[in-house]
Amino acid sequence: MTRTDAIVAQGLRKRYRDRYALDGFDLRVPQGTVCGLLGPNGAGKTTSVRILSTLLRLDEGRAEVAGFDVTRQPDQVRYRIGLVGQHPALDEALSGRQNLVLFGRLFHLGRRRARQRAVELLERFGLADAAEQPVSTYSGGMRRRLDLAAGMILAPAVLFLDEPTTGLDPRGRNEVWESVRELVRTGTTVLLTTQQLDEADQLADRISVVEAGRVIAEGTPDDLKTRLGGDRIEVVVAAPTDLAAAVAQIRRAADDEPTVDVDRRMVSVRVGHQAGALVDVLRALDAVNVPVADVALRRPTLDDVFLHLTGHRAATAEVAA
Amino acid sequence: MSAASMSAPPVDLTPGRPALLADSGTLIWRGLARWRRDPGPLIASLGFNILIVLMFAYLFGGALQVPGGGSYREFLMPGMFVMTMVFGISLTTIAVAEDLERGVTDRLRSMPVSPLAPLAARAVADMLFAVVTLGVLLLTGLAIGWRAHGGVGATLAALGLILLLRFALIWVGIFLGLVARGQTAVVAVQTLEFPLGFLSNAFVAPSTMPAWLGAVAAWNPLSATVGATRELFGNPGWGGDSWAAQHYPLLAVLWPLVLVAVFLPLSVARYRRLAG
Repeated sequence: MTRTDAIVAQGLRKRYRDRYALDGFDLRVPQGTVCGLLGPNGAGKTTSVRILSTLLRLDEGRAEVAGFDVTRQPDQVRYRIGLVGQHPALDEALSGRQNLVLFGRLFHLGRRRARQRAVELLERFGLADAAEQPVSTYSGGMRRRLDLAAGMILAPAVLFLDEPTTGLDPRGRNEVWESVRELVRTGTTVLLTTQQLDEADQLADRISVVEAGRVIAEGTPDDLKTRLGGDRIEVVVAAPTDLAAAVAQIRRAADDEPTVDVDRRMVSVRVGHQAGALVDVLRALDAVNVPVADVALRRPTLDDVFLHLTGHRAATAEVAA
Repeated sequence: MSAASMSAPPVDLTPGRPALLADSGTLIWRGLARWRRDPGPLIASLGFNILIVLMFAYLFGGALQVPGGGSYREFLMPGMFVMTMVFGISLTTIAVAEDLERGVTDRLRSMPVSPLAPLAARAVADMLFAVVTLGVLLLTGLAIGWRAHGGVGATLAALGLILLLRFALIWVGIFLGLVARGQTAVVAVQTLEFPLGFLSNAFVAPSTMPAWLGAVAAWNPLSATVGATRELFGNPGWGGDSWAAQHYPLLAVLWPLVLVAVFLPLSVARYRRLAG
């Protein structure tokens, strides 16, 4: 192993009763980078985070975090990690400041330094005004930011974020993303689990796709999207008689062979990542006077990643016909 | 994100080592700070206990006969002291279950915190509240005419036995909070508190129950403490022919020790098993 890997997992296996939650899980995260673990519920994302953050014992394999073995040197690991789970792990009755002082003292900073650090973090995460309010009065986004602050008390080498924006509205999500970017700028290594491709896209340098307890694909967000073939443009023409003309125009504008759904009067085409492809297609149709009933630019979804990588859908929900 | 954090010199983040006593102390501070912020549940618990005493003293009291014809309220209070120790368990169970559910326990486990500290702190903080509860109940008892007649030493011994029982029950409560998660655990504990109390010598003589039930009541750990403290306070009570009834003071010490010997290791083991 190289010295610069902040997280190394080799052949992790973890069994719950008759099922392997992790089954040969391998992962390497270079220092100072953000790794996104992408996968559906039950893929093993949370289990891997719980093992790497010393909450769960592993059955087989070997894991090192910040240079220490999670099984043999758990306390060394614990001094060097921060954990932010799916739900803020805070004392709701205490104020934001009291929570940070509490966790600072439990990291053995002593009373004085714990207090100073709490003030510092409240400022940094934009919570100074709410410092004395009980957490029970905080908004979802504020709770997450306080939770992040609690995970950052010792400025850990490695930060685990387990679906950090679950249940947040778009505003809260942006607040959390902004905070995470700020941490990454200071050199923290981040392991982020998420079910949302755009979250991984926003934050991660590299993405590992997890399914059935192992990593089945790995690469930068662009790599994965390229493998997916990028975006698709879907055009619904107003009149069925225009379909042939529309296909010809779209083929030329998008430089790829469109597929046609006659029943829905829909022509769809892959456009990769060409900026302006949508405008080109619409101009071409306008030039030959083909009225358009509906048009959509569809971004790849997690489902698409899974369909592409595994040949089956990630979600259990039925796909509309 | 703000300029303020740039102006002050950064805090030295070199941590100290994990230590059971220091970590427990910090977590006890947390328990007390919580209560100060949100005293509602404690006040409700104290109010409930006072209400039960008043209910028994003034509502049921007239209909109940005291063996040997002593004062009903003198007879009542030792049973009440012990009952309030039982009623407190659900607070312990709630606190433990809530920390598990909210992820606070996981956060502590992911930190270099001494693994015994969270449970030890829970026990100590809840014991502090037990002392307050007992103090309030003593005042309530004195207000309605209850007196201790056994001298200072005997009275202190009686109070010690009552708190010893609570200490044992706290470990039962911690274990229940760790095992059965969520609201069901709390409801189960609260449902069991009353039958546990009534199936003892606190309100009714075991000799008046069907034989098997009387035997269960006589051997109930609560009966031992109630019987022993009645003797120590010099309050009226009922003896009994059973071996248990003849040895209440001995059992009042033994029972709690047995409960602690069982439930403390069980709780610690269960806490460790959270790591799967």
